[in-house]
Amino acid sequence: MKAVCWHGATDVRVETVPDPTILNPRDAILKVTLTTICGSDLHIYDGYIPSMLPGDIIGHEFMGEVVEVGSEVKKLKKGDRVVVSSVIGCGQCAYCSRQKWSMCDNSNPKAGLQEKVFGFGSAAIFGYSHLFGGYAGSFAEYIRIPFADHGAIKVPDGIPDEKILPLSDAFPTGYMGAEFCNIQPGDTVAVWGCGPVGLFAMRSAYMLGAERVIAIDRFPERLRLAQEFGRAEVINYEEVDAGEALKEMTGGRGPDSCLDAVGLEAHGMGLEGFYDKAKQAVRLETDRPPVLRQMMVACRKGGTLSIMGVYGGFVDKMPMGAAFNKGLTFRMGQMFGQKYIPQLIERVANGEIDPSLVFSHHLPLDETKRGFELFKHKKENCTKVALKP
Amino acid sequence: MESVTKKESIQQNDAERWASIIGGGAMVLSGLRQGSLRGALMALAGGTAIYHGVAQQNSIQDALNQTLKVEKTVTINRPVEELYRFWHNFENLPTFMKHLQSVKVIDAKRSHWVAKAPLDNQVEWDADIIKEEENHLIAWASVEGADIDNSGFVRFQPAPAGRGTEVKVVIEYNMPGGTVGAAIAKLFGEEPEQQVGDDLRRFKQLMEAGEIATTEGQPSGRE
Ligand SMILES: [Zn+2]
Ligand SMILES: [Zn+2]
Repeated sequence: MKAVCWHGATDVRVETVPDPTILNPRDAILKVTLTTICGSDLHIYDGYIPSMLPGDIIGHEFMGEVVEVGSEVKKLKKGDRVVVSSVIGCGQCAYCSRQKWSMCDNSNPKAGLQEKVFGFGSAAIFGYSHLFGGYAGSFAEYIRIPFADHGAIKVPDGIPDEKILPLSDAFPTGYMGAEFCNIQPGDTVAVWGCGPVGLFAMRSAYMLGAERVIAIDRFPERLRLAQEFGRAEVINYEEVDAGEALKEMTGGRGPDSCLDAVGLEAHGMGLEGFYDKAKQAVRLETDRPPVLRQMMVACRKGGTLSIMGVYGGFVDKMPMGAAFNKGLTFRMGQMFGQKYIPQLIERVANGEIDPSLVFSHHLPLDETKRGFELFKHKKENCTKVALKP
Repeated sequence: MESVTKKESIQQNDAERWASIIGGGAMVLSGLRQGSLRGALMALAGGTAIYHGVAQQNSIQDALNQTLKVEKTVTINRPVEELYRFWHNFENLPTFMKHLQSVKVIDAKRSHWVAKAPLDNQVEWDADIIKEEENHLIAWASVEGADIDNSGFVRFQPAPAGRGTEVKVVIEYNMPGGTVGAAIAKLFGEEPEQQVGDDLRRFKQLMEAGEIATTEGQPSGRE
């Protein structure tokens, strides 16, 4: 089959590789009908995710059609159209049974590697490095789905692929981020980053009862989407001081919750931004945390920080004094896809939201490299790229 | 006479230490480094003289130089009885213990173990169950003539508030000396703790999820 393999920073190639096969009784094989580049694939593309091996098939946000099932698969059958959670859960461990799927004890065959870095292993993620299990990803014609009865969720007929695809990863991530904001009546939620996850977080914040959503970014096209799709008021942090603007917009109180939909490659401003970039370049600091710093300072006293942008290693110069003295609550983590996907399918089916609006580009799998470049540099007003194998 | 008495008293201390370890949940790494697991298990089983090597292991310095001791605990979201039953049939162990090639049960006490060694070699030994407490503890030790002298125990106890079962494994290997010993040591990897940890993680996967997660045999651009 055809697949996109990673060979090093910014080096991705379309190659011919063997087809996947059933390796375990609870596996299914899917023909990928549509897949997409996620913001966190950019961290892989740029070489910031450790434990990638040359030749790894990447991609973790996808949907498709079941073409084969293992002997222990009970709910799925050949021909089913499904969307698949990017995070893999066994369904049987203490965490999966409490709906905390990204903390699964059993899906990551290389959890021992992670224990060394994180203390405990987490769930595996498709196409997302060997720390996260080393499973082959979705930028391919076919993909193997472990624990398929849990991860692959059937899609009702009549909803086009484009409307369902973001339910694999970006939409549930944004929704969980909004849920983590612990929204109360009258609350204002500030969202850093107007990429797909940020946009879904904005809509989800309203679904969960937010009164106002304020979006922070620097690209006019993305800010326009935040206004139109996300129904947010916007701040361009290159034009105004985001912290001061947020205070003024909220009667001097500050936002009740702040949501990070950016993660480890955030762009800092001025000297601070230069400091992080330099440290990250020589790997003294693995992640750049300007969004985290801004949120800790901008959030109201007693407020909540919800962190959905991905962090992988170490950050420094964190304003802990601000967080501590203001009594902030931090919530974070990889998303629980299997928990949220079914309820989000409902919202799409009843017309509450059209997730396909986040796509600006549709490309064949052969043009994955171009897709990465468009998405990374926001060229041609790129917001999200759908890839067709 | 005097030296014999001394030996006995050391053994007694070891036995007390291990009795408390096996019974309770003390942090045992420091204990492991000081004492002989086999000696303690023998004393517990009351069959001290049957197995070879017990007397020599009372020399703490010798034990330090030659033994490899590992302890590791995992919590598994299944009932004690189910885990005990599965483990008690030693023939099941190679399904999740990667370095084992096979285990054959000979009778209620004795089993024959074959482990993979580097360069397509294998090492073999017979082991006896020296202590078992239903749904709680299984202790074993290799018998005379083993390629690798080893002993260990696995203990099962309920975790609090429905969290399943805490499974603790303690294993001790006495390496033969010299280059052969070095080759055999390789068998247990550079980090035996990690290897036992990985084995236990696979045991947990098998018991909770019914299969062992793997990516071996999947496609990549490396072929
Ligand atoms: Zn993602
Ligand atoms: Zn699980």
